[in-house]
Amino acid sequence: MRTAPEVLLLLVVLTDFAVLGTTRLSTCIRAVAVQGLLLGLLPLAFAQHVSLHAGALAVGTVALKALILPSFLFWAIREAAVRREVEPVVGYIASLLLGAVALALAFAIAARLPLPESQQELLVPVSLATVMIGFIVLTSRRKALTQVVGYLLLENGIYLFGLTRTESVPFLLELGVLLDVFVGVFIMGIVVFHINREFDSIDSAHLAELTD
Amino acid sequence: MGLVSWTALAALAAVLLTAPLLPGIVVRTKSFLTGRRGAPVLQLYYDLWKLFRKGTVYSTTTTWVFRAAPVVVLATLLTAALFLPLDGRAAPVHFAGDLLAFAGLLALGRFALVLGGLDTGSSFEGMGASREVTFASFAEPALFLCFIALVLATGDLSLSDMLGAPLAAVWPRAAAALTLVGASLFVLLLAENSRVPVDDPATHLELTMIHEVIVLDHGGPDLALIQLGGALKLAIFGALVVGVLVPRAGLGVAAAIAALLVGLGVVAVLVGVVESVMARLRLTRVPQLLVGAAALALFAVILLLR
Repeated sequence: MRTAPEVLLLLVVLTDFAVLGTTRLSTCIRAVAVQGLLLGLLPLAFAQHVSLHAGALAVGTVALKALILPSFLFWAIREAAVRREVEPVVGYIASLLLGAVALALAFAIAARLPLPESQQELLVPVSLATVMIGFIVLTSRRKALTQVVGYLLLENGIYLFGLTRTESVPFLLELGVLLDVFVGVFIMGIVVFHINREFDSIDSAHLAELTD
Repeated sequence: MGLVSWTALAALAAVLLTAPLLPGIVVRTKSFLTGRRGAPVLQLYYDLWKLFRKGTVYSTTTTWVFRAAPVVVLATLLTAALFLPLDGRAAPVHFAGDLLAFAGLLALGRFALVLGGLDTGSSFEGMGASREVTFASFAEPALFLCFIALVLATGDLSLSDMLGAPLAAVWPRAAAALTLVGASLFVLLLAENSRVPVDDPATHLELTMIHEVIVLDHGGPDLALIQLGGALKLAIFGALVVGVLVPRAGLGVAAAIAALLVGLGVVAVLVGVVESVMARLRLTRVPQLLVGAAALALFAVILLLR
């Protein structure tokens, strides 16, 4: 094993696949929580020396992505009394295969991107794959809650892409992004809750039936 | 095809003699974890000894296909074992592309078993046969993806090299990909050997059985051959997992063989732990698990292609 970041990035991809392959909502959320933890550890693994910047970013990310957001999603499951199954529009096997295609595409595209030399060549393909798998989850799952999970995956992918330039991206900007995500998921949680109250389910297909 | 080395044959003999221990270790692990005493570790040896002394009863609807099945099953598995470099150096038989022969032999054994099941004319066994081949059609692509990853890693087309010294040489470079291949092979081991997330070897409940139902009509020496074949198949897949995860080319011959046997024991304990902590999957969920295993192997292939 060459470096710790490599292991962390591989585990990130495995959590992506766990989200795609699982039948259970709770496993889905747990996988995203684990991914948040891995993302939090990544800046520490990258930093040659422990800096305040990397440390604060790690603490903020872990607190938000591994603790606050997942517990919020679990709260939403409990409050909205959601059925525990994921209910995909595209089947589990098809989504796993789509995920594998996305992964292959991500590696193929990342090899051709004219990016400046990075310290970790796995970072770009993994971030692209996570973004694409986030899109797959976002579009192929029925429940509003799993769409929030897809949105989180999408954001995690963008965060990973940002890590390629940690030294040049100001700390405040990253905190701002984290805050945006937090507010976004919070609002989505409330919306999910209201959809559930209004329609007795959080099946987003019902939203297509809205009329005056 | 080179000269057969004595160390390779010694390793093969050691694996053949200890293979029936593996199901015993699995059962022992399960009973330990669930607070029971469990059958002796040597139980399968006693069972085989008992079965070999019995006579057989054949139903009048069966033909020679049914009688040939157990022999073909064991013969294909014994031949397949010849392709594995069990001493960590070279297999007794090896040539470029023997991975296809290996997979083909496993498929032939399964084909014979399934035909034997169908030959009884029982719809019950036909159901098991249908399930067996359905899951096999998901397991085989995953197995080939694992092999492709190994071929990409080592640049060799022979199992003897894919799991032997060349693999040990590339381990430091491709550790991540090889770990993924190992994990994928372990899932395949569970599926191919009818272990818990896929099938439950302990149950005889008609709705859930896969492997047990196919061999329901076999008795006496025939059943002994099939059970011996089952133990050998577990050892073969265990040797694949251990071969990928623990490169042994640098060790001495005796140490390499000992490491393999210890590794097989560890694999059996892991199987027992998996069986204790999780329930059998619903039949419709099994392909999902196998496609997941294939996705792991595919990920390894992508990493190695990079």
